[in-house]
Amino acid sequence: MTDQTQKDVLLELKDYSITFKTPDGDVKAVSNMNLTVRRGERIAIVGESGSGKSQTFLGIMGLLAKNGQTSGQALLEGRDVLALKPRELDKVRGKDMAMVFQDPMTALNPSLKISRQLTEQLEIHRGFTAKAASIEALDMLKRVGIPDPTRRFNLYPHELSGGMRQRIVIAMALLTKPKLLIADEPTTALDVTIQAQILDLFNDLTAEMNTALLMITHDLGVVAGLADRVAVMYAGNIVEEAPVDELFEKPAHPYTAALHAAIPRPDQDVDDLVVIPGRPPNLQHLPKGCNFSPRCPKVQDDCIDRPPQLETLAPQHCAACFHPFPRREELLTHA
Amino acid sequence: MLSYAFRRLLSTIPVLWIAVTACFFVLRLAPGGPFDGERSLPPAILQNLAAHYNLDKPLIQQYLYYVGDLLRGDLGPSFSSEDFNVAQQIMIGLPYTFTLGMTAFALAIIIGVAVGCLGALYQNKMPDYVLGAMILVGVVFPNFLIAPILQLVFGIQLAWLPVGGWGDGSLKYLVLPVVVMALPHAGRISRITRGSMIEVMNQNFIRTAKAKGIGPRLTVMRHALKPAMMPVVSYLGPAASYLLTGSLVVESIFGLPGIGRYFINAALNRDYGMVLGTVIFYMVLIVFLNLIVDIAYAWLDPKVRNR
Repeated sequence: MTDQTQKDVLLELKDYSITFKTPDGDVKAVSNMNLTVRRGERIAIVGESGSGKSQTFLGIMGLLAKNGQTSGQALLEGRDVLALKPRELDKVRGKDMAMVFQDPMTALNPSLKISRQLTEQLEIHRGFTAKAASIEALDMLKRVGIPDPTRRFNLYPHELSGGMRQRIVIAMALLTKPKLLIADEPTTALDVTIQAQILDLFNDLTAEMNTALLMITHDLGVVAGLADRVAVMYAGNIVEEAPVDELFEKPAHPYTAALHAAIPRPDQDVDDLVVIPGRPPNLQHLPKGCNFSPRCPKVQDDCIDRPPQLETLAPQHCAACFHPFPRREELLTHA
Repeated sequence: MLSYAFRRLLSTIPVLWIAVTACFFVLRLAPGGPFDGERSLPPAILQNLAAHYNLDKPLIQQYLYYVGDLLRGDLGPSFSSEDFNVAQQIMIGLPYTFTLGMTAFALAIIIGVAVGCLGALYQNKMPDYVLGAMILVGVVFPNFLIAPILQLVFGIQLAWLPVGGWGDGSLKYLVLPVVVMALPHAGRISRITRGSMIEVMNQNFIRTAKAKGIGPRLTVMRHALKPAMMPVVSYLGPAASYLLTGSLVVESIFGLPGIGRYFINAALNRDYGMVLGTVIFYMVLIVFLNLIVDIAYAWLDPKVRNR
């Protein structure tokens, strides 16, 4: 890697794992994951519920449940955020990396005014006075498309609609102009009409601020319009990673292909919806071989025998599969 | 906010009326009267006394007289004291009871909330267990047991503090009665605070606050404390009334000249006027404290205000 590309790297996950200690034994929610995020890049993390996609990034933010433990490295501009002391971590989160959560109805504090919740991180991270912070926050409310921001600034969260609250949460995350924005299913709790607006907002603002965006979602439809690159997660690891067009046109991993086939089309009858048979594996009893092997239509002996590693198939395109699809058409003949 | 307070105030009027009425008639159901004593008085004198206090009239008429006086702010005469009427006697005892009650109330809240928060933040660790055990002692032992033990230890054996009495009203006379009154409430408040704080710290908006990197101190003090106080505040209304009724016992154990003493003597002597007067006084106080609690609640939870 040249110096220039090295400088371009914002976040690097190296051999990153998360383990939860439970009374029934340890559960490995994320295992030995590697991922590189460049400055200003927009990456979508796709996977089913329980694939570990949310936990991965909660872990980086230091927000795991008490029984969760991270290992490996998460280098943000070369500094391992997993190794930081709580006090040092608080200087990074909310400033260099910020997070937008899934449910805007519960993400805001019901007993504090919007103004208080927006200005505090400016006062703490940037040393703004209360007045300067208010001006900055009002400006940000305007940019996230809140009409009449001066009036809404002094309201409580319950006095605003869900879409409005999610805009507030986004404004809150972007106020300090973070280098990395993690959005954990930011549109799942919203109406479809609002979803598109919110996604546009992410698109515009992150581009404007050159903020790298990690969009966690289970909706491939969301991914198509928004991301530069997609990482598909299954059972705590990335199974395929590719530029967005390539992933849609030439999915290599059978899981990606199955996810893709499962997107409902408007002309499709309800009875014809494609589903992936079976369920995600129990993280405490992972298969010996490929995690997807019990559900895979293309499973063969070597899949059951040992786990596949991520292999580069084309520039910027890698998949963890012994028998990847060369083309998408092949899936249709299998399905 | 003001109109909310006013509406709450209006709604207390029927409550007060029902309580006065119930109290008036229940008291008359009890056998005996204010002038029954060891030595019975001559009938002519009893006749005169009854006429003087309107006790010879039908009960319903006495009730109407009493309510009429009450509406004019007159708590009526005491049956056992010629020199002071009920209102005057209450005013004599009030400063003592008030000082005692408010100090104990404040102490209970401060200790309770502080211990509860520590317990929540160090959940299932050493400070949580130690404080929890200490508080348990305060809750399970009744004040009439704790009080003599403290008197014995700190008043007599160590001789650090006076055993009882008001003295010159300085702090050292207040310590023991206030501690005895505050202890059980501090215990309950700490348990409520701990539970509520643990729940709030697991809420999504606390995760948001942590993600903002504002630090643990602001996360707790600004983001968690206010919502966590809601169940505590709703307990404070009843707590205030327990505290006041508890002060009756504590005042007599420590020989303090508060309202409690009048109440107990009046109840034993069937001093109808005095008993009713103190009951009404306590009631107004409790209703008033509950009003404060409701207003505090509205302050804590913005959603309540619009109702």
